[in-house]
Amino acid sequence: MSLITRRSLIAGGSAAAATLVAGCEPISVTDPQSLRRILDFGQFLSLHAQRLLLTGQPLVREFSEADISPEFPPNGTERPNGMAYFRHIMSNFAEYRLTVDGMVNKPLSLTLDEIKAMPSRTQITMHSCDEGWSAIGQWTGVPLAHLLQTAELKPEARYVVFHCMDEMVRTPDNSGFYYESIDLFDALHPQTIMAYGMNGKALPVAHGAPLRLRVERQIGYKHAKYVNRIEAVDRLTHLGRGRGGFWEDRGYQWYAGL
Amino acid sequence: MTSSELNADSEAMQSAAAPQREVIYRHTVVVRLTHWINALILLLLLISGLRLFNYHPALYWGNYGYAGVPAFISIAAFEDIETDEPVGVTTIMGHNFITTGVLGVSHDGKGEPVSAAFPNWLTLPGGLAFARDVHFAAAWLLVLNGLVYLLVGLSNGHFRRDLVPAQRELHPRHVLAEIWSHMRLRRARGEAARRYNVLQKLAYVIVIFALLPLMVLTGLTMSPAVTAAMPFLFDIFGGRQSARTIHFLVANLLVLFVLVHIIQVIVTGVFNNMRSMITGRYAILPEDGK
Repeated sequence: MSLITRRSLIAGGSAAAATLVAGCEPISVTDPQSLRRILDFGQFLSLHAQRLLLTGQPLVREFSEADISPEFPPNGTERPNGMAYFRHIMSNFAEYRLTVDGMVNKPLSLTLDEIKAMPSRTQITMHSCDEGWSAIGQWTGVPLAHLLQTAELKPEARYVVFHCMDEMVRTPDNSGFYYESIDLFDALHPQTIMAYGMNGKALPVAHGAPLRLRVERQIGYKHAKYVNRIEAVDRLTHLGRGRGGFWEDRGYQWYAGL
Repeated sequence: MTSSELNADSEAMQSAAAPQREVIYRHTVVVRLTHWINALILLLLLISGLRLFNYHPALYWGNYGYAGVPAFISIAAFEDIETDEPVGVTTIMGHNFITTGVLGVSHDGKGEPVSAAFPNWLTLPGGLAFARDVHFAAAWLLVLNGLVYLLVGLSNGHFRRDLVPAQRELHPRHVLAEIWSHMRLRRARGEAARRYNVLQKLAYVIVIFALLPLMVLTGLTMSPAVTAAMPFLFDIFGGRQSARTIHFLVANLLVLFVLVHIIQVIVTGVFNNMRSMITGRYAILPEDGK
């Protein structure tokens, strides 16, 4: 299965269910195909059970300032390599532009000051890493829904892709950059913001300066850092290796609500 | 299967060769099936869970916890600068224990030291993404298998009849007598062998109605999507890291239960016990002196 789309998951899921119920097809952990189908069925159940649970779009718990953890471990890239990003640091992101494009009527190119002039939201939330640790921080940013509204999202758009400035793997075709994607269910949630402030200060380089995603109902690796382009798309198969994110292309779950 | 059916069934099983040895029908097909599925699922959950633990081998209380926060339990590998040998250290509430060979540092097939909280032979092979996939898929199977077991057990009276201890069984004198009999590894005979003893009933009730539901709930508390819909889970368990710690501790209790369970199976007759959980048929030992 190349991507967790609803259709492919239903196909994979029902195949796995049929196998489990009827037992007519041999299941063997040494056969990667049938094992993969069972695991994909687990992902399918998690995504749909959690979406059912979140039908009313509840907000995640917001904590008080006293709950903020003394430290917040940076994860993944702590400072992107390359002169392009280093120049941003030297100029304090004066030349930085956020592009919002893809399936929108009015593509945007915004400076950091223009983003900061937009409506903002500040929230104190918990960050949960798939390794098991968690930290609490305060984030200030523009709601992603506002950016998408301003750019006038086209009705056929289904996913929002975050292109990042940190190159994880050096490749000849420049395909080793971090990227992530979420669907509109999470993209339009009020607590999904593009954060430029952390704990009352400018977002530090180690945490993704100048702009990072906060998608509070998902696990840490979905929270793309160093974002300089937001692209609205109707499918994810043409990006990277087609699974919707840098880690997803390397075996991680596209839906990371758990 | 009701107890009268059990008796009727056992009469049919009498054989001339062993007149005093009675065979009863002990486990229904649902109990036997869900038991073995559950055994496989728990094994998968354990080895994938230990692999997940190894990516951050420290447990905390409260909502946050990361390298640098004082841990309730942690497992680490250090280098002994005098010998250059790695040393496994397990820290429990500030007390350090050298656990080289098992926790922190273990040895691979060639005897080479490997830094891993739980040894690689005990954990699921593969990376973090695979361990997450297996753990969550197995968790779904645990819940679905458990629901079948619970619905059938509730509707056919299995829990009320076979698992809930009677008032008289809970009398301290009876419980103490049962503990004494267990300590002497006495096998139940005659009438007593027809049903579970009170310690067995209590162990099963605690595992089925307390420990396994606790595992599911503390597991769900670690999900940011689930706690968005049910933030009260944080309050029940005292935070996400507390839930993770309780998840680990209860997993240990389950492992302890399974170990004792297997020892009991061996002590009270491997063949008879295995046959009863596979075919349902269980032989009753005659009373002493008969």
